[in-house]
Amino acid sequence: MKQAYFEIIENTHLNSLIMKMVLKGDTSGVKAGQFVNIKIDGLFLRRPISVCEINGDLLTIIYKIVGRGTEEMSKMEKGTVLDLLTNLGNGYDLSLSGETPLLIGGGVGVPPMFELAKELIASGKKVTVILGFNTKAEIFYEKEFENLGAKVIVTTVDGSYGVKGFVTDAMKDLEYSFFYTCGPEPMLKAVHKSSVTDGELSFEERMGCGFGACMGCSCKTLTGYKRICKEGPVLKKGEILW
Amino acid sequence: MVNTKVNLLGIELDNPVIPASGTFGYGYEFSKLYDINILGTFSFKGTTKDARFGNPTPRIAECTSGMINAVGLQNPGVDKVISEELPRLKKCFNKKVMANVSGFSVEDYAYTCERLDKEEQVGWLEVNVSCPNVHGGGMSFGTQPSAAAEVTKAVKKVTTKPVIIKLSPNVTDIVSIAKACEDAGADGISLINTLLGMRIDLNRKKPVIKNVMGGFSGSAIFPVALRMVYQVASAVKIPVVGMGGVASAEDVIEMMLAGATAVEVGAQNLVNPYACRDIIADLPRVMEKYKINSLSEIIGEARV
Repeated sequence: MKQAYFEIIENTHLNSLIMKMVLKGDTSGVKAGQFVNIKIDGLFLRRPISVCEINGDLLTIIYKIVGRGTEEMSKMEKGTVLDLLTNLGNGYDLSLSGETPLLIGGGVGVPPMFELAKELIASGKKVTVILGFNTKAEIFYEKEFENLGAKVIVTTVDGSYGVKGFVTDAMKDLEYSFFYTCGPEPMLKAVHKSSVTDGELSFEERMGCGFGACMGCSCKTLTGYKRICKEGPVLKKGEILW
Repeated sequence: MVNTKVNLLGIELDNPVIPASGTFGYGYEFSKLYDINILGTFSFKGTTKDARFGNPTPRIAECTSGMINAVGLQNPGVDKVISEELPRLKKCFNKKVMANVSGFSVEDYAYTCERLDKEEQVGWLEVNVSCPNVHGGGMSFGTQPSAAAEVTKAVKKVTTKPVIIKLSPNVTDIVSIAKACEDAGADGISLINTLLGMRIDLNRKKPVIKNVMGGFSGSAIFPVALRMVYQVASAVKIPVVGMGGVASAEDVIEMMLAGATAVEVGAQNLVNPYACRDIIADLPRVMEKYKINSLSEIIGEARV
């Protein structure tokens, strides 16, 4: 864990509820699948948000406006300096990917797939990405994933764009060496069930500190009690207790 | 040069700042952030006879200037604390540590305290008779003077180190409970634990916390904590450790003026992992500003 100050370079809407924030600061050692914990004026607890991309000293996060914290964040202006805890959580293990990894992101679970896809492609892997949304208006980052060189499949629950249905409907006919996923828990459970290889799943929980001190976000696994913020948020397929 | 030293039950502390139990783990995680030997001491994670997972999640909720937790005493149990956590702590902390203990029966408390009392690095036993998160367990001991006294007596019988009883604010008369503990042989009192609170999620229209209620802490509770520290310190002759919403060197000094010999810092560690380091660094400046030469001389000075 590191504490550092970051300056907001960009804070813009990707669609009505999804925002992209680009922050400038010390990004050294930040890994795909980790998160940052952001201090917000007027709120007591920090807000944990997953890392979408690292590019030199720029760190991108993509967040959905759902409560007071993200609402405050959506109003922040360019140039504002934020107090962040970074390098939090374990992140994905890229060494497990095999040659043809499948990445599955659902809704605000899409962003952490981006840095992961970028790094896997850079190391020569053939990456397929499934991006799941409810409807066409919610879709973001399809082009960005394509520009990385990933094969991109978009699913929408209402069929307004791409494959109609859930991410698992798009998984059925694919061949892959390993899977990585992040999204709402029902989606993770469905992906876990329909997957045919090993994989890593990233979980979410309400956190107190985000760095392992308060035990607020613990969960039970087949390999013992784990703190989502410390031993997680990424858990292995074989250790998850639903 | 100002003097920040205080003496807590026979052990001299370099300063009165003590990270509170449940916000500092068993220490070594914070030792990666700063040298924790600058602390007065710290109170380690509430330890029980057997290992506990605690309550179901969500266990955390945001509040105005504070938070609610319903962790429910997650800890590896006293055996593992002694065999794994304390050896690890010894490598990064060379001072006496405060052992925080919880239980579900008088026998539990006595057993766990007796085990920890034998550990060389343990300087004090802080006996939590006040955790609000355990159904039908710990809470009842802290809400009745007779039960609190019974735990105190049982622990004192099997231990040699100073026993500090940590009290709940969720009672009608905290002074009577503090006095009952003093009469039963307690060496010190610490207070306050968290205030029972709750939040409701407007989207789901259900409680945020899975356990419905939890312990409210953070800056918002400071005035309530200060008042109770004042009341108890005025009524007992044994030392009092004050806590509840402490977030600055100014808060530490207020607590001491109210009668606290040492001061614990809790929730603030979770939002600023460097909180205690920052408070300790700021103490001399604030002491000079208010013309305080020695912290030990201001204990209880606010009493009227």
